[in-house]
Amino acid sequence: MTKKSDPLKFTVTKTALLPGFFFALLLRWCVAAYPYSGYNKPPMYGDYEAQRHWQEITVQTPLINWYRNTSHNDLNYWGLDYPPLTAYHSYLLGLIADWLDPESVRLFASRGYENENHKSFMRWTVFLSDLYFYITAVMCICIDVERIRAKDDKNVFKRTDISFIMFLLYPGLILIDHGHFQYNCVSLGLFLWATFFIIAIENDILSTIFFVLALNYKQMELYHAFPFFFYFLRKCFCGVPNRAVTVVTCFVIIWYPFITSWDNLVPVVKRLFPFQRGVFEDKVSNFWCTVNVFIKLKNVYTNDEMVTMCFLTTLMAAMPSCLDLFFRINRKKFVLSLINVSLAFFLFSFQVHEKTILVVAIPVVIHFPDDPFMCFWFLLVSTFSMLPLLLKDHLLIPYIATGLVYISAYSIVLNLAQPNSWFLSFLNANGVYSIVAPNNKHNSVWLKLLTTCFFLSLQGMFWLHLGTIFVKPPDRYPDLFPEVADESDGCGAKFSVLIVSDKFQGKPLLARHRLVNSVLQEELKTIHAFTQKTLTVEQWKK
Amino acid sequence: MITQIIFIVTGIKFLFMPLYRSTDFEVHRNWLAITHNRSIEQWYFDTTSEWTLDYPPFFAWLELGISHVAKFFDPEMLRVENLNYASDMTVLFQRLSVIMLDFFYIYSVKRCSDLLDNGKLLVFVLLVSNPGLIMVDHIHFQYNGFLFGLLLLSVSHMITGNFLKSAFWFAVLLNFKHIFLYIAPVYVVYLMRAYCFTVSSVDGVHTPWNSYSITNFIKLAIIVVTVFGISFGPFIRQLPQLFSRLFPFKRGLCHAYWAPNFWALYNFCDKVLQHLCAAFGIKIPRNVASMTGGLVQEFEHAVLPTIKPNVTFLLTVLSMMPALVKLWHLGADRRYRNMSFVRCLTVCATCSFMFGWHVHEKAILLVLIPLSFLSVLGVDDAKLFLFATTVGHYSLFPLLYERNLTPIKILLLLTHCAVAFSYIPGLYEVPKTKKTRRRDVIIVPMMTCVEMLYFYGLLMLCVYENVIHSLLGLDKTLPFLPLMMTSVYCSLGVFYFWVSYYHYFLTFNVSSVPIFKAPRSMEYQKVK
Repeated sequence: MTKKSDPLKFTVTKTALLPGFFFALLLRWCVAAYPYSGYNKPPMYGDYEAQRHWQEITVQTPLINWYRNTSHNDLNYWGLDYPPLTAYHSYLLGLIADWLDPESVRLFASRGYENENHKSFMRWTVFLSDLYFYITAVMCICIDVERIRAKDDKNVFKRTDISFIMFLLYPGLILIDHGHFQYNCVSLGLFLWATFFIIAIENDILSTIFFVLALNYKQMELYHAFPFFFYFLRKCFCGVPNRAVTVVTCFVIIWYPFITSWDNLVPVVKRLFPFQRGVFEDKVSNFWCTVNVFIKLKNVYTNDEMVTMCFLTTLMAAMPSCLDLFFRINRKKFVLSLINVSLAFFLFSFQVHEKTILVVAIPVVIHFPDDPFMCFWFLLVSTFSMLPLLLKDHLLIPYIATGLVYISAYSIVLNLAQPNSWFLSFLNANGVYSIVAPNNKHNSVWLKLLTTCFFLSLQGMFWLHLGTIFVKPPDRYPDLFPEVADESDGCGAKFSVLIVSDKFQGKPLLARHRLVNSVLQEELKTIHAFTQKTLTVEQWKK
Repeated sequence: MITQIIFIVTGIKFLFMPLYRSTDFEVHRNWLAITHNRSIEQWYFDTTSEWTLDYPPFFAWLELGISHVAKFFDPEMLRVENLNYASDMTVLFQRLSVIMLDFFYIYSVKRCSDLLDNGKLLVFVLLVSNPGLIMVDHIHFQYNGFLFGLLLLSVSHMITGNFLKSAFWFAVLLNFKHIFLYIAPVYVVYLMRAYCFTVSSVDGVHTPWNSYSITNFIKLAIIVVTVFGISFGPFIRQLPQLFSRLFPFKRGLCHAYWAPNFWALYNFCDKVLQHLCAAFGIKIPRNVASMTGGLVQEFEHAVLPTIKPNVTFLLTVLSMMPALVKLWHLGADRRYRNMSFVRCLTVCATCSFMFGWHVHEKAILLVLIPLSFLSVLGVDDAKLFLFATTVGHYSLFPLLYERNLTPIKILLLLTHCAVAFSYIPGLYEVPKTKKTRRRDVIIVPMMTCVEMLYFYGLLMLCVYENVIHSLLGLDKTLPFLPLMMTSVYCSLGVFYFWVSYYHYFLTFNVSSVPIFKAPRSMEYQKVK
């Protein structure tokens, strides 16, 4: 697999490490000063209340009843619907909350408990989880980026400090975890550790353990499961099949309290996979949402049919990349297939939430040093796709500020490599690729096309921002702006699929590639539709 | 790169918008209303709000100018009777006004940093992202950025040898905020020496008294008098009232929170002696009950003699004297004297901070900002800058006392220190031995043992006041203890800085600084 360099000899560039680290933390706290989701919105509040409620439930009710509807646990009011590890985490935090401020976890009485001290406590819990699980993993991955860099590779994005800063400044996660309020950093941090153990150390057992932990923190990590599965499957062919044993053991340990009897297990599983809900929540930039604009899916298909359809399309979209990984296993392919598969899930699977884009975005951030241009584009689009959600939470200012900081940081890095570049030189694909890989020959026509697309996409985002913020949508189409926004991200996202899958296209081993390509052809059409649509928006503004 | 940095800093400033703001927010809103609605004659007489106008006239004019933009945001905020009015639009407008006026500061910083050869960008970053200014202006709420922009503009003109422009901008600055009077002696001495003598020195040591140019002096006088005339002219009939507003000597020796200066140490000693006397049964000559750490009123010391305003004034002047004399002598060398000017500015600002009457903790910025500029000009400047910037900014923390601001202020300082400590030592190529490399986790670069110990103490102090103090349950019985500890501990640091920097300045020898080349300043002097 990867060529290992002498572990004692690699260098780490540290100059900007500490300032960048503190700055990234500062940014997190600045965002944390803003309101969280559901602030002051009775009766259901939002994710913040959900997390607080879970602390209350886990502390006050016996473990067996956590996932059950009992007189003490009303599942209709933010019932636990994450796997046991989340519940344990909530339990731990609940105990601390109980010690600091018993009022905040009192059964029933604490519903909608909001005050400054409690907010500060909750923010601290996210911050510390972030620091403990996520940032440490990022640090390790970034050291590895520089370690495996070839000696003559002058790619500035592969410096430890630079990649570290770019990793931590990604606005999406900051806004969702520290603004909107969630603990994505835990599951994603565990996932990062699992990835780190594969791409850097090749310690499969540790990787398995961490991935199972991640999976048991949030079921969304299933989006990443395929690449891990195929990777281990392949490894099992070459060596001992001890991964399966590890997986089973881990699951048993984590689920131990719940698997004592069938009656205990079923409610938990049912809570975790709520198929009875619709195909998507709110406005999600995924395939079905886009299709929904033209054909009202709900009127044509039943829920069960939709489930099957989603399942098949997802599988179809994910398989090529997985099989590719299986047959030509290597480090880079692993990360790419993580991106491809999670994106396939995001676009085609059932019951997708807009925040789920983070699951896709994090592998993209890992890939960032190798292909900054496309990744940066995707990350911008992914953050943008959460705009409706963030607007609902009154996080517009942090959204703009963190986005601005992220773009500026990216621009600074380009400036470091090429001192005469100006602020917007990141628009030019040719320029970026000549910095990243000056020795490779690039197809300049292709890059020009990319530059144009990127520019158009940014233009579209810009006008949509203005539209969303300042223009009241016409009564006939109340969701006009979010819809258009979603389509555009959908397209942006799909466009990236095309590019990423492009990397394995060159070696046509799999017949199924053709299938993917035909699917992507359709997407290409929607991209054009998107540009036309933005135009109409602009005209409409006039 | 400068554009990107400006974007980042501005982005951060935007993030601070909805955060805590002090009463200064209402103060400035009130001034907006007064200047907008009242006629000039009433500006300094209006007492509708307790926050009366107590800045010099130019600032009032500035408020008037801003108020004409404010009415497009929310006309309600311009009603004088609308006390404590803070609608969303008002907050947005006021915060935006600070952010916008800060662009002037950024411009001045750019001018200053362009004068340097080495570490241009570093100075720019250090000054633009100065955590003190960000805390005071964008969270606490004030317009210091703009004022320091004027100061830096004046300094940059002084360095390039445009004495008249420099004097003009400084006079303008004085009419915006009179706190800068403290450093006026430096300007006076330096302008007399550098501008009024046409020959700097015949033999490089002595002052050429016969080359004194009356015309230059008159030019200077005309500029300064005109500026003051324009400023105070419209208020000629109410000067006594105006001055009583500008110089309220009724306030106490120390601010509510003791600024970390000499008087903090003095108060602390008094407090300790008082308790010692009580312990040993010695009768205290005056029985005083008002020695609490949290009140603005005048208080009397229990054991040590009580300080009157004129004592502090005398001490300030006396402590400045040696530096000013030294500056006069350093003026003999044309090439380096402009740097000596900036150094002397720092020294005198520190003196006034140490001994001044009713000093605000914010006044430390007056020391730190010129010092940031000097940090790339010499090893000693750099060392002392690194020390002072940590201590000085730490001493500003009590300004933002809300608990949810604690991580923000700490991380602001840490980011600043990380930038300073990771880039400044690189400019001076400290020879790296194996010994230092191995332990560089614990060792702070460019710091001596004592200074490092002091930093560790600072760290422990920070942990104590934020965590341990409330865990021990002392926050009910001794609420002001952490404040007093911070101010006394920081005043030790500032005192150390003051002595070292003073010593450095007095022993400063022009022949020992070949590092700095000033190409621009040379050009300017040749043209003259």
